[in-house]
Amino acid sequence: MAQFVLPPNSRIKQGEHHEAPTGVSNTRTFKVYRWEPDKGENPRLDTYEVDLDTCGPMVLDALVKIKNEIDPTLTFRRSCREGICGSCAMNIDGRNTLACIQAIDEIDGDVRIYPLPSMRVVKDLVPDMTHFYAQYASIRPWLRTETPTPPDRERLQSPEDREELDGLYECILCACCQTSCPSYWWNPDRYLGPAVLLQAYRWIADSRDEDTAGRLDDLDDAFKLYRCHTIMNCASACPKGLNPAKAIAEIKRMMVARQ
Amino acid sequence: MSTDNRPLSPHLQVYRLPFTALTSISHRISGVLLSGGALVLVYWVIAAAAGPQAYATASTILSSLPVQVLIFLWTFVLFYHLCNGIRHLVWDVGYGFDLRTAQRSGQIAIGAAAALTLIAWLIALV
Repeated sequence: MAQFVLPPNSRIKQGEHHEAPTGVSNTRTFKVYRWEPDKGENPRLDTYEVDLDTCGPMVLDALVKIKNEIDPTLTFRRSCREGICGSCAMNIDGRNTLACIQAIDEIDGDVRIYPLPSMRVVKDLVPDMTHFYAQYASIRPWLRTETPTPPDRERLQSPEDREELDGLYECILCACCQTSCPSYWWNPDRYLGPAVLLQAYRWIADSRDEDTAGRLDDLDDAFKLYRCHTIMNCASACPKGLNPAKAIAEIKRMMVARQ
Repeated sequence: MSTDNRPLSPHLQVYRLPFTALTSISHRISGVLLSGGALVLVYWVIAAAAGPQAYATASTILSSLPVQVLIFLWTFVLFYHLCNGIRHLVWDVGYGFDLRTAQRSGQIAIGAAAALTLIAWLIALV
């Protein structure tokens, strides 16, 4: 059953305020979700005034600046800082995206930053991705074959067949779409979610894969697949411009076509 | 380290729902409202079957201004559910998933529902 209200231990309290140093004029207010596992307190929303004149253009730049100069206890994941690793996925200004490619000046007013929605929080902006990865593993995301590998070369694919994977292979598994989906919020344990289903379709659509029927059998479930109601938050959220909703619709179509 | 006390990060509380999400939840809500409206329809049919006196009472209630306003809104809900349902059927055959298209089709569903509501009432009143 959908749980619309946050449990008591997850309600957000007012946090600390960190003012900008004196003499700084071009500031922006960042409101950042904080939760410390050792304190036994509820999450809180800390406020930081950041000097934009000495800050890079992206939200990740501001987070790094806060951590370096204002509050070293702030915790978040980041790595490539160019939108390819997916580590810094978080909820910024009410939308899931990557902090490293979200420009600060594209946001009106205070910049509100929360962890990816409806996830268990490890600390501050770091969600527990264990369940998401387990769901990904459950679709067995690798080439499944019956025929022996050709002895003298790779399994070949025509350019046309390769094109079928465009819009699918680019997924970086950042979970922006997964955690933007209300259906996934209400049924995270049984619905596979947009990211995992897009990956499932990535292997179904691969001309070299030889277990399409088995893959469809695995997905033919009222919850695993059919909790998608075409809300399309996934496509709105994807920082790579992919369309999980369309991939899911293709799986549904194949389910009907094979009957 | 115990992980039982980990809080759940906020979802509905902080998410800025895109237009397509609003049309989606509206579709659900309109479905619920239609079920409620169907009860009114049933009441009217039962009154008609129960005899002239019951029917006269029902007619008085149903033609009163507040109830007429409710029925007007219900008509819009009916047409919205119909138009958005057709949008879902188009999706089911695999078309209209481009984000721009999906937003546009949502606007069209709302516009068409409003137009059909006005047409239906013009026909009813004239």
